[in-house]
Amino acid sequence: MFAPCVKYPTRLREDYFSIEDILTTQEKVPCKFQSAVIGIGFLDPGAEGDDLAAGTAMELPYWLARALCSRKRRIVTVEMPKPYREGYRQILSADANVVDLHKLGPYYYAFGMYLQSFGLPDAGEIANTLLQTFSTRFRRIMDSAQNCLNEDTTAVTGKLDELERVLFRVGQEGLTAFQCWQSGQSAKIVPSTMVTNYRKRKRQDGD
Amino acid sequence: MYGEKAVELIRQLHRSPDGSMPPFNEDGIRQVLEEMRVLFEQNQADVNKTVEGAPGLFPGVQLRHAALERNKRCLLAYMCNRMERLRAMRWEFGSVLPPDIRYNLSEQEIQWFSRYNKSLATYMRSIGGPNGGGLDLTQDLKPPKSLYIEVRCLMDHGEFETEDGTILLLKKDSQHFLQRSQCEHLIRQGVLEHIL
Repeated sequence: MFAPCVKYPTRLREDYFSIEDILTTQEKVPCKFQSAVIGIGFLDPGAEGDDLAAGTAMELPYWLARALCSRKRRIVTVEMPKPYREGYRQILSADANVVDLHKLGPYYYAFGMYLQSFGLPDAGEIANTLLQTFSTRFRRIMDSAQNCLNEDTTAVTGKLDELERVLFRVGQEGLTAFQCWQSGQSAKIVPSTMVTNYRKRKRQDGD
Repeated sequence: MYGEKAVELIRQLHRSPDGSMPPFNEDGIRQVLEEMRVLFEQNQADVNKTVEGAPGLFPGVQLRHAALERNKRCLLAYMCNRMERLRAMRWEFGSVLPPDIRYNLSEQEIQWFSRYNKSLATYMRSIGGPNGGGLDLTQDLKPPKSLYIEVRCLMDHGEFETEDGTILLLKKDSQHFLQRSQCEHLIRQGVLEHIL
């Protein structure tokens, strides 16, 4: 390996320093407080006074819900977020290809895997749906990544979740590299992408 | 909500495209640290009260502790990812950064960059033993096929002295036949274009 590569988010998986992972764990989960929490009433704009009463329902980011709901302590109970419930699962199993996964959650797969950790009753079914969805959609992603050259791909990538976008990009880069090799251009020394991107922006600023 | 400001830092990094460096958000970091200080003090007060026998404070402590951990993670990830980007820039831009990127770095990052430069240079000099003469690792990222290559200037770059002492004028649209090892860096910087 030569230069440290930053082209792809190399840390899509769970990792302390991963930007993607931090953004994934920021997604909201509907929660219900089981015990009163003193002194944090400001978290819920509808609460009266300084305390959160038991039974308050609100959406918490995953990292907080995870800390407050484990086998040892049950300060909150967690419900499945909407895009993972029965209704959406049916849509996905009907035809996963047409669903706009990015709208359901930019990190639909990764977040779905995180939700497994709460041990909710339909967790197993969600895992199955995720797997099915991925394998149905992957065929199409691979196909389009290998067959759009020099085209506007925003329409294709718009509906993909972040993981799928990375896959698409890798596919596209493979395709361009192959084209390059076929036309005998692969020995050509090209300017570094970082420098090119930087210059493009400079040019814009200068205008 | 707790942790919102810290995630904002992360989002800022996430949004900024490859090859750019967002300004070091000192103000944002200070705000997060301030939030953490408040959280810590509240927690300490509540823990003391619990030790004295006040009931029902524990869930709050738990919640604030989670927020503290989260903030810490976001801050560390912010620093770490910036550092990694900076390291990648050393390989892409070379040892001198463009002034406006440098302007967006913090004092410590500039120090880190110059130290990284130094370590890398020392290491590259040491390759091949004391008399080996070193090896420039940033060169020949693609296997070389010929010793000399033909290049075209994409911009006025001024005078350029080759290893044998000849001085060339790199003028826009002029073409030269140069040793690959000498002009590879200029091609990577987008000053020259490699003609096959």
